[in-house]
Amino acid sequence: MDLARTEVSGSPKGSASRKGSPSRKGSASRKGRSRGSAARLGLMAVPVAFFAVFFAYPVAAIVARGLKVGGAWQFGRIAEVVGQSDVRHVLWFTTWQALASTALTLLIALPGAYVFVRFEFRGKQVLRAVVTVPFVLPTVVVGTAFLALLGRGGLLDEMWGVRLDTTVWAILLAHVFFNYAVVVRTVGGLWSQLDPRQEEAARMLGASRWTAWRTVTLPALGPAVAAASLMVFLFTFTSFGVVQILGGPAYSTLEVEIYRQTAQLLDLSTAAVLTIVQFAAVGLILAVHAWTVRRRESALKLVDASAVARRPRGAGQWALLGGVMLTIAVLILLPLGVLIERSLSGPDGYGFTYYRELTSAEGGAFLVPPIEAVWNSLQYALAATAIALVIGGLAAAALTRRAGRLVRGFDALLMLPLGVSAVTVGFGFLITLDKPPLDLRSTWILVPLAQALVGVPFVVRTMLPVLRAVDGRLREAAAVLGASPLRAWREVDLPMVRRALLIAAGFAFAVSLGEFGATVFIARPDNPTLPVAVARLLGRAGELNYGQAMALSTILMVVCAVSLLLLERLRTDRTTGEF
Amino acid sequence: MNSVSTTKKVTVTAVAVSIGLVALSACGSSSDSGDKADSKSVTLVSHDSFNVSKDVLKAFEKSSGYKVNVLKDGDAGAAVNKAILSKDNPQGDVFFGVDNTLLSRALDNGLFQSYEAKGSEKVGSEFRVDGDKHRVTPVDSGDICVNYDKKYFADKKLAPPKSFADLTKPAYKDLLVTENASTSSPGLGFMLGSAAQYGDDGWQGYWKKLKANGVKVVDGWEQAYNEEFSGSAGGKKAKGDRPLVVSYASSPPVEVLYAKPQPKQAPTGVATGTCFRQVEYAGLLSNAKNEKGGKALLDFLIGAEFQKDMPLNMFVNPVREKTELPELFVKHGVKVDDPETMDPKKIADNRDQWVKSWTSLVLK
Repeated sequence: MDLARTEVSGSPKGSASRKGSPSRKGSASRKGRSRGSAARLGLMAVPVAFFAVFFAYPVAAIVARGLKVGGAWQFGRIAEVVGQSDVRHVLWFTTWQALASTALTLLIALPGAYVFVRFEFRGKQVLRAVVTVPFVLPTVVVGTAFLALLGRGGLLDEMWGVRLDTTVWAILLAHVFFNYAVVVRTVGGLWSQLDPRQEEAARMLGASRWTAWRTVTLPALGPAVAAASLMVFLFTFTSFGVVQILGGPAYSTLEVEIYRQTAQLLDLSTAAVLTIVQFAAVGLILAVHAWTVRRRESALKLVDASAVARRPRGAGQWALLGGVMLTIAVLILLPLGVLIERSLSGPDGYGFTYYRELTSAEGGAFLVPPIEAVWNSLQYALAATAIALVIGGLAAAALTRRAGRLVRGFDALLMLPLGVSAVTVGFGFLITLDKPPLDLRSTWILVPLAQALVGVPFVVRTMLPVLRAVDGRLREAAAVLGASPLRAWREVDLPMVRRALLIAAGFAFAVSLGEFGATVFIARPDNPTLPVAVARLLGRAGELNYGQAMALSTILMVVCAVSLLLLERLRTDRTTGEF
Repeated sequence: MNSVSTTKKVTVTAVAVSIGLVALSACGSSSDSGDKADSKSVTLVSHDSFNVSKDVLKAFEKSSGYKVNVLKDGDAGAAVNKAILSKDNPQGDVFFGVDNTLLSRALDNGLFQSYEAKGSEKVGSEFRVDGDKHRVTPVDSGDICVNYDKKYFADKKLAPPKSFADLTKPAYKDLLVTENASTSSPGLGFMLGSAAQYGDDGWQGYWKKLKANGVKVVDGWEQAYNEEFSGSAGGKKAKGDRPLVVSYASSPPVEVLYAKPQPKQAPTGVATGTCFRQVEYAGLLSNAKNEKGGKALLDFLIGAEFQKDMPLNMFVNPVREKTELPELFVKHGVKVDDPETMDPKKIADNRDQWVKSWTSLVLK
């Protein structure tokens, strides 16, 4: 590597000078620059087209349907709807619960991030994967697990007579459960590469442990913490399933209200206004996020992650490790355990009755045995992953080199699907993708397309930092040494991004597997996905249906856990994506 | 620059892949829409609860010559709304599953076209609406009623409630769980039942009393029945401790059918004086691509075979007169003689306003 670097710095314009006489040098590099931006536009074309057709168009169409009466826009509706006291109440609740959830998640997960970064202990990889499982689990499953824990007759109730369902506490705790991994991974990713010697140096110079941390580490971590907070805020601001199941009918977020207005009341104009409000809020969050991401990329002294983790020393560190383990056990393992327990406790004691039932079509919830949902899910998720990798990979490649406002706007655009109501997208698909040449409504590709919308942001976020870290001069050096562009890409770029690509793929896969909101609107009845099957089984009375729902949830959980575990094995110090 | 041509190559590859993807999906769509346009197949759009025995459907396919595609489209309310939104280019030919609480919305939006199904005269007259226009055909009826946990009331030596009025008595304090009337169809049905019982002005007073008597409201039927209710299999496991729940008159037979081994007696019972009758309709969609097939499908839905098959698949009552009920249904189910009902027009006029008042009265 050093060799390559010296050679490149020896002739920085290597490729240009190779092209001809020194007098043409300047014009060649200008040409190169313009060709560079042309290439970037080329790279962006496909993702932009994808988002235009499968996101912007459907969402705009459903909003227009609500706000356009007889060809005239009714913008007056916006003020009218926002002026309603119920709507303002919903807005207020949405905001403050998201703020509270974010604060609580940071409070609980930051020590976790520290422990995962600085300590070496047995089973760390497995645990890292396990804490990420909730993030990709569908909310129907999580809601059920949490209700079993916090609700009437739940564990908490039995032990101390405490019930938290239909309180805001249940919502907040479930949000921590979901987003713990976001903080651990985002903050941990950077933290693991901060040089601990800087803090040690400060201490040697007489600073107290706290002062050293506050003045050295915290400022360095700041942007990562800010980015993680904004992601958690985004996810909790648009929370749907958790609020609906655990909050009870008295609590409603914007997302829940959009669903209610669209799917239940068919009040499209109110839904359209709420969608616009949410869109504006999410746009703002993403703008701030993009800003902190840029700040985060400011130069930091980074080290090899493996060098900083060591076995905990002293009572304080062991206590910290123990505390974090206890938190994880109670907050994450316990709800997951409840699901497993229920899936196994059959009518006559523990057994695999419900799992066996999954292979029979007798139950009648579907036209096919529920177990087929597993294969459907895997196939859909594979297709969605492929689409997300192509779109997200191209987008990340386009965003690699820092550039102007246009590209930054594009960056934010890619994140928007995470913050737009799934019901809006689903209904938008329904009314827009129904005519040739885009008559996709009854094709299988619709589900992977919707799932890929959610997967792309993860691919971009994972790939981007790695792609940016690839030193362009290496590529040029290879070229100087006579490699063809393809060969240079294969020998230089590919080995560096392969792991990131795999991790991105894994995340897109897991997220697609768990995607529920949009899928439920477009999944075909003969091809239910796992989360859709769970929801349908839960929607029917009878012990077998309930048990099968638990068994399917457990299978989904295990599949997610296994794919995440495989990802853990791929992680190295190089891959510092946000997730 | 070399890196430029590299990225260019990547672009070209990616564009090719994307074109491939679109082409792939286009292939899928063309074969599918080919299916639809094909007069040999007919598509039924319904909600998640739609179900039919395989052999019954096969028999229809054989006798009519149509292949039936079933598209289950979410819960009942969402399915109706989706059908309305896509009515210009519908997803299928026949929609089944609009009930009396949403009927006016479907009719006012021009979801259906006229067709008088063969065999309509065999359908009980009390189910027929829409006069001579015949835009909808009644297919089934079911009753939304309070269910009770037999064991709880036996253990407490307390008689289970029978009527709306009973539910406000001190003996049943903190025992009932119901669903949010704005998001759940049994929740809405129970509210409408109370409105039918106590009148346009009286029902709010009734709910004030219910609230004072500790009624619990959850968002959906799933939670109410599977989590909070102590009598259902799911609720037992979840240690639900509300022995009264708003569900269906047909829920007890379901508890028997899906238990292994099947108990001799249903673990739950029905408070027959708390029922609201729900009727479900089907209709030929406006702009249906296969009108002829759709008509045959509607005939089939009120035909003897389908009507007889329905109870154990969807747990609803047939509307065709003299349809024999399955033994399990008769043995564990309850016949509700005098359920509350309400004219769809009246429901349409008042629903939104009532749900609003109900929400501020009960939830806030």
